[in-house]
Formats: sequence, C-alpha cells, structure tokens
Amino acid sequence: MPTEFIDDQVMRALVQAGGAILLCLGVVALCRHYGLRIGREASVSLVRGLIQMALVGVLLGLLLTGGALVAGLILAGMVAAAGWTAARRLPEIEGALAISVLAIGVGAGTVILFMIAIRAVEPHVSILVPVGSMIIANSMNACAQGMERFKSDVTAHVGQVEAALSLGAAAPASVSPFVQSAVYASLLPRLDMLKSLGLVWIPGVMAGMMVSGASPLYAGIFQFIIVAMILAASGISGTVAIVLMRGRVFSPAAQLLLRPAAKAP
Amino acid sequence: MRQASQTPRKTDPEATPTLPAYNEWAEGMPTTPESTAATPASPPVPPHVPQGVADAGASIDLDVHDLDIRELDVRDLSRRVSGRTLVDRVTVAIRQGEILAIVGPSGAGKSSFIRLLNRLDEPTGGTVLFKRQDYRQIDPRVLRQRVGMVLQTPFLFPGTVAANLAFGPAQRGRTLPADEIAALLAKVELPGYEPRDVSTLSGGEAQRVSLARSLANQPEVLLLDEPTSALDEENVRGIEQLIMTINRTSGTTCVIVTHNREQALRIAPRTLYLDAGRLVAVGNTREVLDAH
Repeated sequence: MPTEFIDDQVMRALVQAGGAILLCLGVVALCRHYGLRIGREASVSLVRGLIQMALVGVLLGLLLTGGALVAGLILAGMVAAAGWTAARRLPEIEGALAISVLAIGVGAGTVILFMIAIRAVEPHVSILVPVGSMIIANSMNACAQGMERFKSDVTAHVGQVEAALSLGAAAPASVSPFVQSAVYASLLPRLDMLKSLGLVWIPGVMAGMMVSGASPLYAGIFQFIIVAMILAASGISGTVAIVLMRGRVFSPAAQLLLRPAAKAP
Repeated sequence: MRQASQTPRKTDPEATPTLPAYNEWAEGMPTTPESTAATPASPPVPPHVPQGVADAGASIDLDVHDLDIRELDVRDLSRRVSGRTLVDRVTVAIRQGEILAIVGPSGAGKSSFIRLLNRLDEPTGGTVLFKRQDYRQIDPRVLRQRVGMVLQTPFLFPGTVAANLAFGPAQRGRTLPADEIAALLAKVELPGYEPRDVSTLSGGEAQRVSLARSLANQPEVLLLDEPTSALDEENVRGIEQLIMTINRTSGTTCVIVTHNREQALRIAPRTLYLDAGRLVAVGNTREVLDAH
C-alpha cells in the first residue's frame, strides 16, 4: 500500500474501525448466548468488508486524478457487473445478460449525461463515480425486479396469454397487462423512496454534504435531484429490460416459450 | 357467419367497452395488411358432412381424393420436446364442415395435436395445409383468427362479457358493434349478458362466453380442447348442442378433443383415435370406438 495513503486520519479511522468491529463481536457473543452461532461468518465478513473498503479507497484515491474518460470506463465496468448480477436471476431467458447490460446502460447513461448537461454534476471522476454508482445500482434493482415480475406474471397466466394468442392477438398485446404491472413493480420502491424523502430518511449524500460544510438547503435540493434522477434511470432501465425481455419469451411464430418449469411441454 | 365477414363493417365505439390493459395495447398495435384484410371468400359450405367420401377406418385417412373438401390437411405432423414424442407423424385430412372428435387415453397427445393445428406450438416435423396452403406461410395472427380455438379452461379476460367478445376483432382494428355482440350472446343462450363482469359467471356460462368470444372472429375452423370437461351434465349437453348448431348453421368445421366416448358418439360423425402420439384409427365414430 503506498505510504501516501496512510496518514493520521487513516490511522484514526483504523482505530475507529477496530472499535466498530469490537462492538459487532459483542453482538456476536450476545447471539451465541441465545444459541445463534454466527461467529465465524460474522468475523470473516467484518474482516473482508474492511479490506474491501480499504482497497476501494486506495483505488479511488489513485483514480481521483483521472478525467471523464477514466470515470466512463469505471462506470462501464459497473454497468457490466450490474447487468451480470441482474441477469443471474433469469437463467432461462436467452440473452438475459445482454438485455440487462443494455437496459442498465441506457437508463443510467441517459440520466448521467443529462445530469452533466444541466451541470448538476461535474464530469470529474470523484463526482461521477459515486453519483453514477448510486444510479447504476438502482437501475440494476429496477431491471431485476421488473424482469422477475414479468416472468412470474407470465408464467402464472400462461392460459390467459395463450387465450389471447389463439384469438389472433399479437404477441406484445397478449402480455400487455403484465408489461404494465412489471414496469410498475420496478418503479414502486423508487416512488416510495421519493415520497418518504426527508420525512422518513435523510439520504447519505445530503448528510455527507452537510458534514463537508455545504448549505443544508443546497444539500437538500441536490439530494432531491439525485433521487429524481434515480427514479428516471430506474424507469428507463426497467421499461427497456421488460420490453426487450418480452421479445424473448415468444417464438417468431408468436408462440409462448416461457412456461412454468413443471408445466413445460 | 361467413356472409357477415363480407358485409361492410359498422363501427360503434360505445358498443364495445374496452378491456383494461389488453385493449389499450391493442389499439396502439400496428395492424398488418394481412391482419386487416378480409378473409378470402370461402366456397359454399355444405350443411352437413360431405357425402360420398369413404372413411378410412383404422388407417390413416388418405382416401379423401377431393382436395377441395380438405379444410385442414395434416401431413406427417410431429412434435418432440426434450426427447419425448408428443405427436408422432400424424397424417389426416379434416373435411370442410364436419365435426371430428379426437379421442384417446390420457397422455395420448390429443391436446398437443390440437394445439399444433392452431400453431400455438411449433411442429418439429411435418406441417398442416389450411385450404391447401402451408400454414407456416400464413401470418400466425391471421391463421388463429381463421382457425379459432376454445381452451379447456375458458381463461376469460378481466372485465365485462362484452369486452371479452370484442377482443378478437379489436386485434384486427375492428370495433365489434353492439348488435353483433348481442347476436353472439343470443347464439350461446346468454342474452343480455353484455355488462356482466366475467368474475360473476358460472363455469358453464364462462365456457359459453369463451365459445362466443372465438365465434366473434368468424372462424372457418373451430378447435375445441375438452370444452366440457369441467362442466356438469346439463351444461355438457348445452355446449354440445351449441357446437352442433354452430356447425349446422354456419358450416364451421369443428374439431373437438374429448375423453368422453359418449360425447364423441353424440356429436361427431367421424373420430380420430390417438395413442402415444400416434394416429391409431380414423373413421366412423361408432366403428372407431368399438374397435378401441
């Protein structure tokens, strides 16, 4: 580890982290008292978490000097990882990885570019990466939730879909109610987040800005922008993912391919 | 019914309440030239099963020489999924205007076979000629409108009875007028049921609505997959009467899957017997059933 990263502040943080670990180990001991043995799992997780976050800190410290190109590459890597995570839930859908990566990329990319265009964020790696990661993470969740909901709705209503097809409906029309419910399901957590903003929770970005000395009013408005952009990115990603997935659940002859596992012919 | 398809189409937006979600999408869907084109004029339909055509008995039905009376010409039709054969090289000619029963033991491939006729599933071998045209060359939407299907479970869409009846024509951009909805409901003996919510219907009523919903597309062939299996005896007889009336008055070719041998005897002059996906016999219903 380069020595320039270890200063008094870091040493103080390490001592504080040690205190946090001790408190957690106290909780582990309490759990053990009640017969719940999570000591090994908790210890490994705590050490792993500290090492991971220290490495991320070092990596970001090295990258902080980078420009928009470096930020773009980091965000692209995050999109790929998010797409892979979302696609793992749908192994039965051919091309799920491509769908997820494209949907998250379009949603998060559109919103990040928009935020740069309105100067809500500076095109600098130290800003783009943390803000972009929040947007990508939420796009990933919206994408996964929407696709999961669409799959479960269609497999639960195979008869209804096939009844529509047998009456001459186009494939998209036969699943239209389930597209709507899936898009709504993908947006619902973000809508609730927007509704409860400031009432139930004060997000980390706002708290961090205030700790850094920013005006509370400015921090509040900026936080609203972030949450609104998260909603927009989630809406785009969820919709794109579901519409692309809709095309994969039918054959070219408009035959429903997605079936419950037990009922597959 | 067929004449109605050639008359100018009326539009009455208030006559057909839209189905939530389904019809909202349908309105936004582009309608292909094929899907909006009028069904080609059909030759005059005999009021009963064509005479002078020998039944094949317990062999494949290849002795129907007159191609004009073959509505569906099934040729070596097969479907194999995950190494399991569901339908095994079935060849049979389904005649225009007839009622053909498909019987066989459970797991014989009856439903798999009828789904292939509607192309809800794709054959892995062989094909079907519909009016002498390979059905793979017909837009599936148009094929399914012309070769309608009534499923074992009605699967009505949430909403009113009228909205369900209007669904099929709406897929082709046509608004079904109120008088046609009323006529369809009268045909299935449910007059005045237009505003009823489908959730309030009994099993027999729901199956009648399902039948009327298929008829709203003015199909030339009606495929029925065990439409009475979940009904009581009174409703079974009612649906059978309806099928025979539709066949007699409209000349609609009907293919009905049934596990009920008595039902096949009551309504179908000709029967196809399947076992393990293979066609075992086709011919006069009494003779086929007596032999198996």
